Amino acid sequence: MYTKKVMDHFMNPRNMGEIEEASGVGTVGNAKCGDIMRMYLQVEDDIITDVKFKTFGCGAAIATSSIATELVKGKTIEEALKVTNKAVVEALDGLPPVKVHCSLLAEEALHAALWDYAQKNHIKIEGLEPPKKDINEEEEIKE
Amino acid sequence: MNKIYLDHAATTPTRSEVVDVMLPYFTQQFGNPSSIYEVARINRKALDEARTTVAQALGATSEEVFFTSGGTESDNWAIKGIAEAYEKKGKHIITSNIEHHAVLHTCQYLEKKGYEVTYLPVDEYGQISIEDLKNAIRKDTILISIMYANNEIGTIQPIEAIGQVAKEHNIIFHTDAVQAVGHIPIDVKKMNIDLLSLSGHKLFGPKGIGVLYIRKGIKIRSLLHGGAQERNRRAGTENVPAIVGLAKALELSIEEMETSNKKIIQLRDYLIQGVQEKIPYVRLNGHPTERLPGNINFSFQFIEGESLLIALDMHGIFASSGSACTSGSLDPSHVLLAIGLPHEIAHGSLRLTLGSENTKEEMDEVLEVLPQVVQRLRDMSPLYEDFLHSQR
Repeated sequence: MYTKKVMDHFMNPRNMGEIEEASGVGTVGNAKCGDIMRMYLQVEDDIITDVKFKTFGCGAAIATSSIATELVKGKTIEEALKVTNKAVVEALDGLPPVKVHCSLLAEEALHAALWDYAQKNHIKIEGLEPPKKDINEEEEIKE
Repeated sequence: MNKIYLDHAATTPTRSEVVDVMLPYFTQQFGNPSSIYEVARINRKALDEARTTVAQALGATSEEVFFTSGGTESDNWAIKGIAEAYEKKGKHIITSNIEHHAVLHTCQYLEKKGYEVTYLPVDEYGQISIEDLKNAIRKDTILISIMYANNEIGTIQPIEAIGQVAKEHNIIFHTDAVQAVGHIPIDVKKMNIDLLSLSGHKLFGPKGIGVLYIRKGIKIRSLLHGGAQERNRRAGTENVPAIVGLAKALELSIEEMETSNKKIIQLRDYLIQGVQEKIPYVRLNGHPTERLPGNINFSFQFIEGESLLIALDMHGIFASSGSACTSGSLDPSHVLLAIGLPHEIAHGSLRLTLGSENTKEEMDEVLEVLPQVVQRLRDMSPLYEDFLHSQR
């Protein structure tokens, strides 16, 4: 059901790990749905010099996190914001329809990390919305 | 790379002895058992013999055995057929919340048709309580449908006690025994079972064949209408090769049950113990003693089941998950939630179901690979990272 690219990124994830004292960290998703993604960014002079991820989730969730880090590493913040979930899916040569939400999660994780960076540095990033959700208990109660 | 098949609760290979007895019925003995000429008479005889074999395996008589297309049809027929036949008496059904979807979705369908269904809860080991069952019984209760053994966690229900309660209250008792028949001893008369579903491919028989046992004297509406096959109760030309194969598979599994279970239980306990020794933060789901010989169900904290399955697959180990993630639903298994597991733990479950052809060498291979795979996924997991930080 997964493409070769997905399997490759699942078995050999790129940029997996943590960044100590990262410029920005974003965590999205929740355990109830079975996906949690965390992205760490190191930003210097508006450029994402390093990026790492940690993911709890299915094979597609791990692969989308991995490829998303590759797509934004070395990019300016403005360029990174243009990396959409569609670009993530394309870079993996496609995802099964039920797994497309994983690519959205990757986009959200990146945005959440950028938001965290902006908050910490009291700057405003053009076109960046505050993260929609984070892992918290409230969501469990809502349903 | 050796392939290690540990998904016998999903399906089993058809044994070669079974295939051998089936083959002639595809070619030389192809006749329709309902026809009058010689080749058909031979098939009629084969059908009768198969029916007797199945009846003996269950402690039933041959006129109580009806061949179907499998477990799903048997469950659908039992529940819908009884519901319709007894609707004048009442429209209340009791089942459990860990049934197979063939039972659960059939009950939900009947709810839309005006029936009322009570879904009994289960305890942390997956068993219903007899007290709960007694309390759920109403004047208009017409059917109790409780599975014999659970497909995910392997828990065996107190079937004899349920049968006793059903008998005392004069309520029909159906059991989905798809995971149990051929694996543990069953006696429908002793256990007071009125209807029982079984499936061929779970006991090293062919796919597409099953049985509904219907106790003599039980009224039931037909699901399939047409010809007069199966004594007017289940229309459709009999699947003779599969019926012959099912009977052979059942005969063999009952013959070998004791020796085979001894071996399987040894392997199972060896694997369970090994995993618990080698991997921290693991939970064995299901009942400590009342469990199917071949069933193992683990939850590994901080990781998700599908990624675990794919990683095991890459190492040639074929297993299954309690998470329905792969089938497109984001909800974890209803069974694991019913035994009280939190969502994130239910998501990280792994089902290994053993068969008699598995070996100790294979268990050792699993004990080599599984700890590595679990650790690799934990190293990737933000939940594990948070847990480690909280431990500092």
